[in-house]
Amino acid sequence: MKDAVFHGVYSSTMNHASALRQLRAALPEGAVLTDRHQLKPYETDGLTALRQMPWAVALPQTEAEVREVLRICAEHEVPLVPRGAGTGLSGGARPVSDGLVLGVSRLDRILEIDVENGVARVEPGVRNLAISEAASAYGLYYAPDPSSQIACSIGGNVAENSGGVHCLKYGLTVHNVLGLKVLTVEGDELQIGGKRLDSPGYDLLALMSGSEGMLAVITEITVRLLPIPPEKRVLLGAFRTVAAAAEAVNQVISEGLVPAGLEMMDRLAIEAAEDFVHAGYPREAEAILLCEVDGVTEEVDNDVDLVRRVFETLGAFDVRIATDPAEQANLWKGRKAAFPAVGRISPDYYCMDGTIPRYELARVLAEIASLATEFGLRVANVFHAGDGNLHPLILYDAGREGELAKAEALGGKILELCVEVGGTVTGEHGVGVEKLDQMCAQFSPEELAQFFGVKACFDPGQTLNPGKAIPTLARCSEVGGMHVHGGRLPYGNLERF
Amino acid sequence: MAGLDRDDSERLVEAVRDAYARNQPLAIVGSGSKSFLMPADDGARLLSVAEHAGVLEYRPDELVVTARAGTPLKDLQQLLSQHRQMLPFEPPLFGGGGTLGGALAAGLSGPGRPWRGSARDALLGVELINGRGERLRFGGKVLKNVAGYDLSRLQVGAFGTLGVLLAASVRVVPAPQAERTCLLDMPAAPALQTVRALCARPVPLTATCFAEGSLRLRFSGSEAAVLSASRDAGGELVDGDRYWQDLRDHRLPVMRPDVPLWRVSLPPGADPALQDGVVEWGGALRWLVAVDPGPGELAAGLGGWAARFGAGYARAVCDALPPPQMKYQRRLKRNFDPENLFNPGLVGTDAD
Repeated sequence: MKDAVFHGVYSSTMNHASALRQLRAALPEGAVLTDRHQLKPYETDGLTALRQMPWAVALPQTEAEVREVLRICAEHEVPLVPRGAGTGLSGGARPVSDGLVLGVSRLDRILEIDVENGVARVEPGVRNLAISEAASAYGLYYAPDPSSQIACSIGGNVAENSGGVHCLKYGLTVHNVLGLKVLTVEGDELQIGGKRLDSPGYDLLALMSGSEGMLAVITEITVRLLPIPPEKRVLLGAFRTVAAAAEAVNQVISEGLVPAGLEMMDRLAIEAAEDFVHAGYPREAEAILLCEVDGVTEEVDNDVDLVRRVFETLGAFDVRIATDPAEQANLWKGRKAAFPAVGRISPDYYCMDGTIPRYELARVLAEIASLATEFGLRVANVFHAGDGNLHPLILYDAGREGELAKAEALGGKILELCVEVGGTVTGEHGVGVEKLDQMCAQFSPEELAQFFGVKACFDPGQTLNPGKAIPTLARCSEVGGMHVHGGRLPYGNLERF
Repeated sequence: MAGLDRDDSERLVEAVRDAYARNQPLAIVGSGSKSFLMPADDGARLLSVAEHAGVLEYRPDELVVTARAGTPLKDLQQLLSQHRQMLPFEPPLFGGGGTLGGALAAGLSGPGRPWRGSARDALLGVELINGRGERLRFGGKVLKNVAGYDLSRLQVGAFGTLGVLLAASVRVVPAPQAERTCLLDMPAAPALQTVRALCARPVPLTATCFAEGSLRLRFSGSEAAVLSASRDAGGELVDGDRYWQDLRDHRLPVMRPDVPLWRVSLPPGADPALQDGVVEWGGALRWLVAVDPGPGELAAGLGGWAARFGAGYARAVCDALPPPQMKYQRRLKRNFDPENLFNPGLVGTDAD
């Protein structure tokens, strides 16, 4: 992976020394880290292949302290990388060498559970699951549940517009956030939205969601809470071909059902999961589907019948329905452990995150299989089939000369395939530094310029999370092997250096 | 699908490029059904998107439809209903008109909004012409997509001030198997209490409306679920379809065009003092008849906002913001439309 960061322009030892003095004065004892050992945990997020030690880390505890950190960094032109829990998978929180990491983990207060209005007001460092735990006393919960929900922070969820298993029915983070308080690098506080359902002005709520910490720093979030569904069932369907499973996914949805979750695992993923957690999945299946339906009892009964019928019609040789929570947890166990399970059968794996139109599932999975053969690498598929969000796991051994590069090349091919069939290079993990090159395949120079223009509206000095999410035109011109997208020849008229 | 299927995009791009070269402001219009929300003619040249119409892609099992911006909502609804699907945000068809592009530009959503999401929630991607005459695509046609900033949803409610929408992909949902509407006669305060209590419970509620001493509740879903929910709710079963369409399209008697109607968006449980008029969206949207200065200050005090639903509406939505937000909004406007060509009356362009 190429280094996207164009720092160096900011470097100024004197500035940094002065900034450090002011940061120490503004924040409590122990809230500014500069010691190598203390910085070490911050050198990477969930994309551990990419590491970079930061210049320093600040861990403010209050919004006022965040404001101070922003002011000091702006005055000294020190780049700033916001960070939640550091579970992101695309390097969005990867530090820059002369920059400060602004960790919001200590801003972890649940400010209000407002039952009357069905919302929670929280600080950005609150863990995703902690919101639902706090709301459960009132029969309410926060719907988006990325797989890292035990650890990931809601601030990071907003920055990445995180998804999860239940998006098809309940939407992404952007659909479940009603209000944000953010601070810009210029020191402005914007109160965006609130406890109401809409607001005047451009939809900055949507703009901030998924902006990967590049436009402003979030200090408070108001999320929508939903009533906990009284009933839930989980179905497992085992299929002899991947194509039949893919067909079942489309059939369930064309029958008018929007399931809470609809997940697919292929043979390699099934075997890895079975070896690891013994969930009892049928090992002879080429693919299994896990379908969760929820709602009121009558609705759930209706939906379970429909899903079972579709699975059977499309040749499922084993259909199981889990009614009680223990059985359900057991069916989910293998899916939830799938990533670590794959980690056991290969020294390393590389997790991809493309989304495709659902009707292309069978074709794209077949194409991925043949690409895998071509590259001589194994690929396990375990993913959110209901919304077409693929997570091919490319198995490789970093210890073998050239294998990481091969895995990355295969990953790039897979993402370009996603764009080619009308999908996107990232469904829920973000671009970060990981997918900058693939962004060149998805967007034209004019579109990228528009993105840069929007960045400049909020951060003219380019000091907030610099070098992430949007590739420079120069970078795109250097990326070889891009295909022609939408009939447009990319970067044909761009200067080359 | 019946109706126009025509690609008028080249003419539109040319027109914007020409306007850019000559600094000629443009008033973007679709079917004109929401022109009553726009300021009076201000010398801008009319740019009609109505001839750029037709469905580009629709696969019912994909739950997504992609159509040109000028596609009439009526045609779109008809097509979807043939496949037992619908637009989740139930856009209003004022006077029976409206286009897909206009619905997104105005960002108005119908009675199901709290449960099925807004126009912005349903949007997956757009193609647009920016103020430099560049043809750009943002978002896509898949539900999960976090590549780049969300510049597609940014267009919703911007009243065309950031670009001329050419096409959009929106999420569709299956039409419910069954739907029932219950009518309960009660005063405003207990009606709001009833609605709030229902919203906190897992029931298949998809619309609420209180008006003139009557509370209507819509339940949608499977036959059995709807039957059970409507029995629990009590009251009288009534024919709902027509009523919810009348509410959506402002044909209820209390929403007469000749009265000063205010649209008030509030935290749903807000003060019962603002309950008169029409209360929908589980309490979060209220329509009030009020003389100037209207309920703006009161709404702000309750954590909401209000705008007169008439000729000043689009401008109020685009420009009546607190100063720090206005600063960034104007920068965005300048960035997309440096010459302030699109609907120039709506967003001020003063320097920061």
